[in-house]
Amino acid sequence: MSLDISFIGILIGSIMASSVPLILAASGELITERSGVLNLGVEGMMIIGAISGFALMVITDNLFIAIVGSMFSGVIISLIFGFLTQSLLTNHVATGLALTIFGIGLSAMLGKNFVGIPGKEFPILFSSLRESIPFFGPILFGHSIVLYFAFALPFLTNYFLKKTKLGLVVRAVGDSPVSASNQGINVIIVRYCCILYGGAMCGLAGAYLSLIYTPQWIENMTAGRGWIALALVVFATWSPIKVLIGALIFGGITILQLHMQAIGFRIPVQFLSALPYLMTIIVLVVISRDSRKIKLNTPTSLGRIFYKEK
Amino acid sequence: MALYFFTPFIAIILTILGGGIIFYILGFNPIEALKFYFITPISNLYGLSELLLKATPLCLIAIGLSFCFKSNNWNIGAEGQLTFGAIVGGGVALLFYNQEGFYILPLVILAGAIGGMIFALIPAILKTYFNTNEILVSLMLVYVSKLLLDYLVVGPWSNPEGFNFPETRQFSDSSRMPLLFESLRIHAGIFLALAAVMLSWFILYKTYLGFQIKVSGLSLKTAKYAGFKGKTMILVVFMISGACAGLAGVGEITGPIGQLHRMISPDYGFTAIIVAFLGRLNPFGIIFASLVVALTYLGAETAQIFLQIPKYTGQVFQGMILFFLLASDYLLFFKVKILNLKKNELRH
Repeated sequence: MSLDISFIGILIGSIMASSVPLILAASGELITERSGVLNLGVEGMMIIGAISGFALMVITDNLFIAIVGSMFSGVIISLIFGFLTQSLLTNHVATGLALTIFGIGLSAMLGKNFVGIPGKEFPILFSSLRESIPFFGPILFGHSIVLYFAFALPFLTNYFLKKTKLGLVVRAVGDSPVSASNQGINVIIVRYCCILYGGAMCGLAGAYLSLIYTPQWIENMTAGRGWIALALVVFATWSPIKVLIGALIFGGITILQLHMQAIGFRIPVQFLSALPYLMTIIVLVVISRDSRKIKLNTPTSLGRIFYKEK
Repeated sequence: MALYFFTPFIAIILTILGGGIIFYILGFNPIEALKFYFITPISNLYGLSELLLKATPLCLIAIGLSFCFKSNNWNIGAEGQLTFGAIVGGGVALLFYNQEGFYILPLVILAGAIGGMIFALIPAILKTYFNTNEILVSLMLVYVSKLLLDYLVVGPWSNPEGFNFPETRQFSDSSRMPLLFESLRIHAGIFLALAAVMLSWFILYKTYLGFQIKVSGLSLKTAKYAGFKGKTMILVVFMISGACAGLAGVGEITGPIGQLHRMISPDYGFTAIIVAFLGRLNPFGIIFASLVVALTYLGAETAQIFLQIPKYTGQVFQGMILFFLLASDYLLFFKVKILNLKKNELRH
């Protein structure tokens, strides 16, 4: 097989496309975790986003409504998590797991009548430039608007967390809810907002799968990407820019194994698929050993219940 | 205290009501749909046997998890420990695929328990010596173990006469759990689960180790002050938990399945977390909870046949049970607050 330059361009373009749902979901979860909330429901919120986006597309025949609707449904489903963990003070881990289990079940129930319906073609931008410029064409052009948004998101998130006052509030709430509360910040409200934002991004990530990446509805179609997104946040040590790099690595592994299967490469594909998970564990060990490193970006109160004495 | 064991029932009732509403919205007669879900599956002997068959692994895993959860160790990778236990146990069973002998099954079971134990030791050792978060490590390992199983059944362990199906050879009869009744699938693995219940009750409520586990769960500082060896305890609870999950895995492959393939568990390891909570981390509560949650699996299968709704709906019920259970805990919390207030008022 020839590894000419235009093939590599197309390969990079497809790696970018496969990393989009990871970037979106992980960037959303990153904000949630930075506020001190560990939401293990990413997979559940993504799959709900996927079915509601696809269902709305079929019903309304309008892709804009479908995209916005998927984000809205992500918000609604994350509201369950927010209400339970913030207002009823339930355990984050258990509630998040329940959300994932519930979401997978509910999506299959809602999607029963949408199996086998063909999707609609999603408009791509700059498609003429894609063909005319070798190598850079397929990398930079001919993608959906969601992809461009996803690649801008980590930078926006980074700016938000580091340069804006609201970002500082989110970090304060995540690092020390008690002091933030004493400063007059309403910790519960901030956390609610971060949870709902995470829900919206996970919903969008799901809709990207069912509307753009593989335009159809299949039961359980997120196929563990939510868990990879969760791993990604840790892998990136809660830094938005590293989320982008990690998503490209993890997305690259997915694409690479498809091509390796095609050319009959000798490394078993399962070992490649296991790499993101193993790399995350290794990163966890490395950052956790050095307490200074983990303190740098890790939200100190991650997963702990905050309760304000009245 | 009574309310503590009563709220799970409230959660179950609310879940059934919630399920009825969802069925109604989807255009089914809610009463009829719920009947297909919760009554039809267990209205005959075969159904009851299937209920026990599904409750067995759930009960075993949840018993193991109760040790971890009681001591504030968040092992949520039981699914991985189940899978790895099944791989190790299945490997031993495949070694003896053409042999018979009374010693084979005990060896297979032991190998499964050890496999699960070793796999659970990974997050435990990383937690104790490298300070890593056990939630994330145990979760990541679930996928690693599933991919390893996938590699083995399509690659080196696949059945040479199996026309490239992703499965191993059938185990020999000596590696299979004895059936309790002819023509029913319920097998001797249920005694493993019952033994685990008894043993865990004894350890948790009658031994020093159990006391240490409970104290560490209530207050880590107290445990440290009392001089308990925290690190050893983390390793021990993870080993118990992993061994139980490994046993559950080996029970599935030597019981109803009889070989290794990709789908050895419909996420029993994750669902068992719900079972552990619903059973209030109490050995006998867990027996009850495992039966309830097993019924959601069975009900989903029945509803798929009679109402043509996807069997994933079982997960809607499982998720709802946990939601309502966690929410009803707020009542307990609230009640405690009220009582405290009253006490304070009395003092003043």
